[in-house]
Amino acid sequence: MFKLSDQGLAEVKKELNRYEAKDSAIIPSLYIAQKENNGFITPDIIRHLSQVMDIPEARINEVFKFYTMFNQKPVGKYHVQVCTNISCALEGGREMAKHICHELGVKFDEVTSDGRFTVSKVECLGSCGTAPMMQVNDTYHEKLTPETAMNLLRGMK
Amino acid sequence: MAEVKILTEFYHLPEYQTLAGYKAKGGYETLPKALKMQPQQIIDEVKASGLRGRGGAGFPTGMKWGFLPKNGEPRYLLCNADEGEPGTFKDRMMMERAPHQLIEGMIISAFAIGSNKGYIYVRGEYVYPIECLYKAIKEAYAAGLLGKNILGSGFDFDLDVYRGAGAYICGEETGMISSLEGLKGQPKLKPPFPAVQGYLRKPTIVNNVETLAAVTYIIKDGAQTYRKHGTEKSAGTKLFSVSGNVMKPGNYEVPLGYPLMDLIMKECGGMKPGRRLKAIIPGGSSAPVLTAEEVAKANLDYESLAGLGTMLGSGAVIVMDDSQCMVDMLGVLTHFYAHESCGQCTPCREGTGWLDKILHSILEGRGRLQDIDLLIKVADNMKGKTICALSDAAALPVLSFVTKFRDEFEFYVREGRSKVKGTTYAEMHH
Repeated sequence: MFKLSDQGLAEVKKELNRYEAKDSAIIPSLYIAQKENNGFITPDIIRHLSQVMDIPEARINEVFKFYTMFNQKPVGKYHVQVCTNISCALEGGREMAKHICHELGVKFDEVTSDGRFTVSKVECLGSCGTAPMMQVNDTYHEKLTPETAMNLLRGMK
Repeated sequence: MAEVKILTEFYHLPEYQTLAGYKAKGGYETLPKALKMQPQQIIDEVKASGLRGRGGAGFPTGMKWGFLPKNGEPRYLLCNADEGEPGTFKDRMMMERAPHQLIEGMIISAFAIGSNKGYIYVRGEYVYPIECLYKAIKEAYAAGLLGKNILGSGFDFDLDVYRGAGAYICGEETGMISSLEGLKGQPKLKPPFPAVQGYLRKPTIVNNVETLAAVTYIIKDGAQTYRKHGTEKSAGTKLFSVSGNVMKPGNYEVPLGYPLMDLIMKECGGMKPGRRLKAIIPGGSSAPVLTAEEVAKANLDYESLAGLGTMLGSGAVIVMDDSQCMVDMLGVLTHFYAHESCGQCTPCREGTGWLDKILHSILEGRGRLQDIDLLIKVADNMKGKTICALSDAAALPVLSFVTKFRDEFEFYVREGRSKVKGTTYAEMHH
């Protein structure tokens, strides 16, 4: 049964007091919970947040399911999100995503056997002028080639 | 004509990100002047400047502000920093390199419209820009530039940042308001427009990052100085994000009315060696594509591009050279819009899905010749029939790609492979 840490709980309560509408705290609270649960959200988490925030589970759930940055299944320690939208596609983003998966021996959205990586294809991340690019957890890496991308990933412990 | 740096003059200086660096270059010198003006004077100046919304719609900013009710009801100023339109990356640069520029523009704009509370709604993936904004807001509060009684003027303004969570539709102003209210980011029917009933059903002005930053420069130098740049109906400068197959992609600030071909060939260094220009999407992925012949006639202003059947949009110029397969590129776009439809309106939810399915059946070698006309029919039936413009945004690229490059689509259906690349989709991408 998931429970927020004391710090996480304090952060959620801070968010609840931050906005004029309590529901505005749902997105920030989902971020807090996702971080505490190694990068993904479970029904347990929704239930716990519902109790902590005094907001119906269904309300939190519909927000959770709508936004792509909340993961519905486990991801690796490093979530590698490769942009494959038009500007990156024009500069080889799709081929780079395929290369990374091949080198790591996984399909898209799978976790590598050592639990370190998940590779996902994502829509435009606003790095169109520095394509192709990938986001690893919160950090952007730009102007990549398949080789430089893999070198970066190999250096991540 | 060449680059004219009004907004981006000091972006190359790392210290411009900080309060001290921004002030050293004249930052926050316009704010005291603005706070001594009458709010209506500022609104009139913005109206006189001809500033149009830089987020995509191009609606006159001063006129939008004028729609607020005059009853003194509390109102909000929301900065749209969602920036989800493929090809667009200008606001990110401003938030990273010049966050105080946005904050000063927001304080002046808030004073003009009588708002005491503002939010900057930033797309969730922009973690670093969000950090830059938080840091700058903290500095501004410490310096008495935000909060109570700003610079002793009696004006109060609180500003906060809200992190989105990955939904293109939250760039649409009412979708953004829904998201900020803690709902799914689904757009709302208009009217009522946000200026009358927006965030928490209170009067709300939603402006883009670049628009709000430009307000400072209009108040600093006056509307007529601002109008010296650009054209009669498209005044001022504009940031253009250039991406794709050019030598020097990046952000360029040029006067509106600047020739599109000059932007590509002069500012961006032209095409890559041995390549020819094939097509350009001039205003973000939802804008109809232009052929190379049309590009030669296009100027970067609202009217010129509308005359060519396309739009300036967010100023995202996506360049394709002669190695690109238009069927493949349209497949990228149909997939995107099908993925991002919020699902609220049937023509969009079903239409975007059908466009994507038909397009990918062609790409995968299962297409029929009648599918090409079916794409046009489906797209035609999606236009203007939904709450927001996402449906149109999905339909317009389809109509323009299929109409202008029909031979590539017919070849693909007949041969089951790309006319340009000579390979199948599976060979290209699997």
